[in-house]
Amino acid sequence: MNLDPDLLKLFGGILGILVTASIISAVLKARVTSEKGRKVVENLVSRTNAWWVMAALFATAITLGKSATLLMFALASFFALREFITLTPTRRGDHRTLFWAFFIILPLHYWTLWIWWYGLFVLLIPVYAYLFIPMRSALAGDTERFLERTSKVQWGLMVAVYFLSYAPALMMLEVPGWSDEHPERNARLIFFLVFVVQISDVMQYVWGKLCGKRPIVPKLSPNKTVEGFIGGGLSATLFGGALWWATPFSPFAAAGLAAVIVVMGFFGGLVMSAIKRDRGVKDYGDLIPGHGGVMDRVDSLCFAAPVFFHIVRWAYS
Amino acid sequence: MIARALAFFTRLLTGGTPRWRGCLPEQKQRIYFANHTSNLDLVLLWSALPSSIRCRTRPVGARDYWSFGIRGMLAKDVFNAVLIERKQVTRSSNPLAPMLDALRAGDSLIIFPEGTRGPGAEIAEFKPGLYHLAKGHPGIEFVPVFIENLSRVLPKGEILPVPILCSVNFGTPLHLEPGESKPDFLTRARAAIVSLQPPQ
Repeated sequence: MNLDPDLLKLFGGILGILVTASIISAVLKARVTSEKGRKVVENLVSRTNAWWVMAALFATAITLGKSATLLMFALASFFALREFITLTPTRRGDHRTLFWAFFIILPLHYWTLWIWWYGLFVLLIPVYAYLFIPMRSALAGDTERFLERTSKVQWGLMVAVYFLSYAPALMMLEVPGWSDEHPERNARLIFFLVFVVQISDVMQYVWGKLCGKRPIVPKLSPNKTVEGFIGGGLSATLFGGALWWATPFSPFAAAGLAAVIVVMGFFGGLVMSAIKRDRGVKDYGDLIPGHGGVMDRVDSLCFAAPVFFHIVRWAYS
Repeated sequence: MIARALAFFTRLLTGGTPRWRGCLPEQKQRIYFANHTSNLDLVLLWSALPSSIRCRTRPVGARDYWSFGIRGMLAKDVFNAVLIERKQVTRSSNPLAPMLDALRAGDSLIIFPEGTRGPGAEIAEFKPGLYHLAKGHPGIEFVPVFIENLSRVLPKGEILPVPILCSVNFGTPLHLEPGESKPDFLTRARAAIVSLQPPQ
């Protein structure tokens, strides 16, 4: 149980943002007249409601501590990997490989985090799982599109499990003079990362809806605009800088790290959208009302988490 | 209890989203007929039905498969299955008789008219039983159901399932048209399931 007063202040801030968002969407709902507008607002309302649930789950997990946080991220990895593999046309010969990926490699990876065996945590999926997957599939003997199928399972594990798990890995860092004697403070690092990623997504959406004109990659994602990215990215950078007091970073460093998170998060969303477009779907799943699947919600986090983790590890611990 | 646990476990693996595309989950006597690719088909379709409908809906299974051990217990106590002969069919063990009895008692049925599990994407020709049921009970709605992806969760010949998102798609109900021949009805019924498949 982690009742760090600064963490509670951060939760208070989230509460304020969510209440404001709920009031705004209620007002918009009462005012909207056009059919098209009604659809946008309906989606906004269900998005906001889902945010309440996700924020409550996240806050509960990081308050309860290391095990609860790891469990929550392991479940998120499981759901995201399930969505990714569903979209990937694997064949009968991949069945046993997939069983390994879901029920052995994924839990084993989170176990290395739980006991904090850093060396294995870093290598298990990119080296050993990477080697094991084609080995197991070769034994099944189906050669059709072999390389493609193998890479897709490897990709799924890397993005949904390996990259995502760098977020809870922040729990294990020791920042001298900050979290070495107060390990519970690391919960604020996860909060910082997740908050900046998500507020950047939200702000890019809001700025894009308000004044978005020029799409960055029109063919891929018409809703991601230059205006949305600049406005949303700057807002999220400012938000991140404003949270410096809760972190081991100086105000400028906090803003700089937030900017890195914003850029990586943007590319995460873009790359994972490219895969969706290629498969001809809009969302990875329908588990989270208004948002799509778990992968749709964590795609930007997956790309931002490892970079943020490594910068903090090299520069601060 | 066991029923809930099974439904929960299947949902955890598959998502198991029910999609009522051609009709609504109504309290009507119906025959749900679906493609058959996995042993979990029955559990998934059955748990996709709201519990008020589920308790009056009985799956049809092969007696040689569902009679013994755990399967026998599940078939009898959990699914309340209608068991039919598929091997030694004689005059005294007409496979249609138990199904007609269940319909006469007012229950709905779940039936896999291919008769056996297929390898995946292809849907085999239907066995004629469906037609005889339609002829005997012309008032009943025949609801085509397409179960998507389940062959990937637990393919024929595998014991361990893998989590893949599935959906259970309910189409527009059919009836036997006056004067419609057996092959015509079976072809139409099969086409109704095929039309629920997403474009590849």
